[in-house]
Amino acid sequence: MNLKQIAACIGAEILHGEALLEKVEIERAYASDLMSDVLAFASPGTLLLTGLTNVQIIRTAQMMDIPAVVFVRGKKPQEEAVTLARSAGMPLLVSSKSMYETCGLLYAAGLSPCVIPTREA
Amino acid sequence: MDSRYEVEFTVRGDDFLAAGEASNQIKETLVMLGVPSAISRRASVITYEAEMNLVIHAGGGILRAVITPERLTIVATDLGPGIPDLDLAMKEGFSTASDRVREMGFGAGMGLPNIKRNADVLKIDTEVGKGTTLTATVFFGRQAEQGG
Repeated sequence: MNLKQIAACIGAEILHGEALLEKVEIERAYASDLMSDVLAFASPGTLLLTGLTNVQIIRTAQMMDIPAVVFVRGKKPQEEAVTLARSAGMPLLVSSKSMYETCGLLYAAGLSPCVIPTREA
Repeated sequence: MDSRYEVEFTVRGDDFLAAGEASNQIKETLVMLGVPSAISRRASVITYEAEMNLVIHAGGGILRAVITPERLTIVATDLGPGIPDLDLAMKEGFSTASDRVREMGFGAGMGLPNIKRNADVLKIDTEVGKGTTLTATVFFGRQAEQGG
């Protein structure tokens, strides 16, 4: 799915990157409010869904080659986060729905999850 | 690439706005040098987690990256409180981070384990009251993701 289809699927508001939406293809998604978990488990090209709004979300996305971020629960990212995303050419979407519902809609539409490796006992 | 490329950054303690800038610049350097993306991502996890540790726990420090044709070496040095129990700190889920740090999405006790998982070689020298030096090496010839 491309980002435009994803935005339509979850009824997202586009905060930044409208022109890029059709160009960014997304294969899978990862949803977390723990950035170290994103660093541990997100694969390249993954769409990140989060309820956090600070600038470190964008930094984390940059580190992992995450092309776009969806903020859930209608939360708007902080100004510094938007500024950094703009400079990085990273589209930002806001879903007014809960994390669960946003993820559910995307999963039902065929967006794959990231593979979590088997944990050591 | 040239035989040796070195960059060094001063990381300020508790500056959560700037945290990650050094790691991003190191990543851009790796991309510029043509390091494959799978390797640069592993390197980025190491530098970013190490940088966050400097910001969160150490009151700041120095983040250095040395790049040769064979390897990337990340050295994070601080004069912070040191790590009293390194084995415990290496365990997933163990964290001494404040609630404020946790609210920002960090402090889940995954930082050092994430660094270990992505480094080919990891060495941590730490002394309580004196500081910590973390040295992580990633070999460019070894592209497969390391397990667990």
